[in-house]
Amino acid sequence: MIQKPQHLLTVEGLTAEYCAQRGRIIAVEDVSFSLDKGETLGVVGESGSGKSTLGLSLIHLVPYPGRIVKGTILLEGQNVLKLGKEKTRDLRGRRISYVFQDPMTSLNPVERIKDHFVELIRTHEPKVTKADAITRARKLFKDVGIQPERIDDYPHQLSGGMRQRVMIALALALDPSIVIADEPTTALDVIVQAKILDLLKSLQNRYGMALMLITHDLSIVLERSDKIIVMYAGRIVEQAPSSTLYTHTQHPYSQGLLKSIPNIELEEQKLTAIGGSPPDLLHPPIGCQFWPRCQYIMEICKIKEPPLFKTGIDHLVRCHLYAGETSG
Amino acid sequence: MNGDRIIRVEHLKKYFPVEKGFLERLLTRTRNYVKAVDDVSFSVLKGEVFTLAGESGCGKSTTGKLIVRLIPPTSGKIYFNETDITKLQKEQLRITRRRLQIIFQDPYASLNPRMKIGQSVGHPLEIHGIAKGSEKRKKVLEILERVGLVPPEQFMNLYPYQLSGGQRQRIAMARSLILRPEFIVADEPVSMIDVSLRTTIIDLMLDLRKELELTYLFITHDLAIAKYISDRVAVMYLGKIVEMGSKQEIFTNPTHPYTQALLSAIPVPTPERKKKTLELKGEVSSAINIPPGCRFNPRCSYSTDKCKKTEPELIETTKGHFVACYKAEA
Repeated sequence: MIQKPQHLLTVEGLTAEYCAQRGRIIAVEDVSFSLDKGETLGVVGESGSGKSTLGLSLIHLVPYPGRIVKGTILLEGQNVLKLGKEKTRDLRGRRISYVFQDPMTSLNPVERIKDHFVELIRTHEPKVTKADAITRARKLFKDVGIQPERIDDYPHQLSGGMRQRVMIALALALDPSIVIADEPTTALDVIVQAKILDLLKSLQNRYGMALMLITHDLSIVLERSDKIIVMYAGRIVEQAPSSTLYTHTQHPYSQGLLKSIPNIELEEQKLTAIGGSPPDLLHPPIGCQFWPRCQYIMEICKIKEPPLFKTGIDHLVRCHLYAGETSG
Repeated sequence: MNGDRIIRVEHLKKYFPVEKGFLERLLTRTRNYVKAVDDVSFSVLKGEVFTLAGESGCGKSTTGKLIVRLIPPTSGKIYFNETDITKLQKEQLRITRRRLQIIFQDPYASLNPRMKIGQSVGHPLEIHGIAKGSEKRKKVLEILERVGLVPPEQFMNLYPYQLSGGQRQRIAMARSLILRPEFIVADEPVSMIDVSLRTTIIDLMLDLRKELELTYLFITHDLAIAKYISDRVAVMYLGKIVEMGSKQEIFTNPTHPYTQALLSAIPVPTPERKKKTLELKGEVSSAINIPPGCRFNPRCSYSTDKCKKTEPELIETTKGHFVACYKAEA
């Protein structure tokens, strides 16, 4: 195995599937990317594009009946998928932590907020006393902008935005090197959303962790990430630094997405929709997954699935239109 | 748009009583109310898209439900084509409902899972005694085709679970349109639909508006969509309209501090966040204990003593642009 110590996280050929009763669904197919310290990676896709399964794979937590079929996930040179039970537990929370979409259901309603912290910290660091864990929780509360006294509250006493701040504080409690935020603001109002995203950015600047921001909202990832992965039907269809993705949008799906979202800063805007709907993953199309909705369709698209072509520095596109470029 | 008012709402209020525990009920006499809609007045002109925008809990959906009389108002008047509909009873209300329809946010919950699409869409025709049998079938096929579900015969016999979110929302539209209404309340119709399909639904709504001469009350939390679809916009905060005006006025010349903050928080699909989110203190106050004076004052950076004492009225600052803020009056 070739190790690439220069990256904090290297994912190679990751494939994950769900074996449902009606058949096998490949939720994530042959995904490769890397993530560095302090970097923000935006993963954007619609429901069913595999973005959440990708996030869960990184902490080896794909729910049953899903499983990771192949691929490697190297965190600081160590394959996450080969870790034993104990080490995997240590991975989750301490090295990679996860902020889930719904702050209403991710907290235990019958436990005080501080008990969540005590449990989390002492599970991973048994030597820490309860009092020390609470002190740490208070400090984290200050970091995420909640009054430290509120750690005595129950989850229902906090608003949605505060609960999401609590989730972020919990994610930071063990000083992880990567935070995965899966739709962290989808359940929240825009003003709270902007505050939470600003908070994540400032915490990232302070603690230097890498952030993987998973969302369906292209506006958010464009604004907030260094580089972006666009997913469609379990595949990466385009991968580029966010400025490149914006100025040189290449995949017809990414182009379609950009044209279909309203931009509040534009005076007059004509939105064009992508026709059709995402494929049924139980019966995916042959060839390129996007061809039934693509306006540049060619004969080859219906026969052969395109590989990721390298069209520029750090720019990968899964589309036959770019077949002249080197295959990445 | 010919300037006729199709809907006129005057001083509309909806207070929901707060349930109390047994002991509390014995010990205190005062009742608390959630003031979901607290004195709202506006008109919707024939043929326009009028948007109620605001964050969760601002009362926008309650206002929509009040207008189609799904819930009775606490006080205030709603005029539909200049007829007061707040007092209508059973039979009259049923007849009026043919002309006033609503589309809900969640297409997964708004369709009966045990009814085939054909039955769901044709049901209103039976309820209103408009058509039966083959005539009903003909009307259903026609409307399904109109909302872009082709070939319609194929959809007739499907169940909702066999359809995607976007298709279900088209069904919900077909069901409300089959009665040929004049006015439709669309309550967050695209917020649960995938991004790539949202535009198709919005464009369908706008096309149908022309074809069928519809008027929409569009309810959304998403100001970017509001900007795309609306003719006029009203921004609500804690049960009240704080700013109202033409789309151009609201988006190029936002005057109320809340509207300004809301606009600054919207993500823009460009790399690098250029604008800075305007700082708003704290969170939305409780609709049970609305702060005295201007209800926005605890979060406002321009708050003065006057704001803490008396509530500003919604006044016209320039033609057609209404703002409820003392700063705008000065």
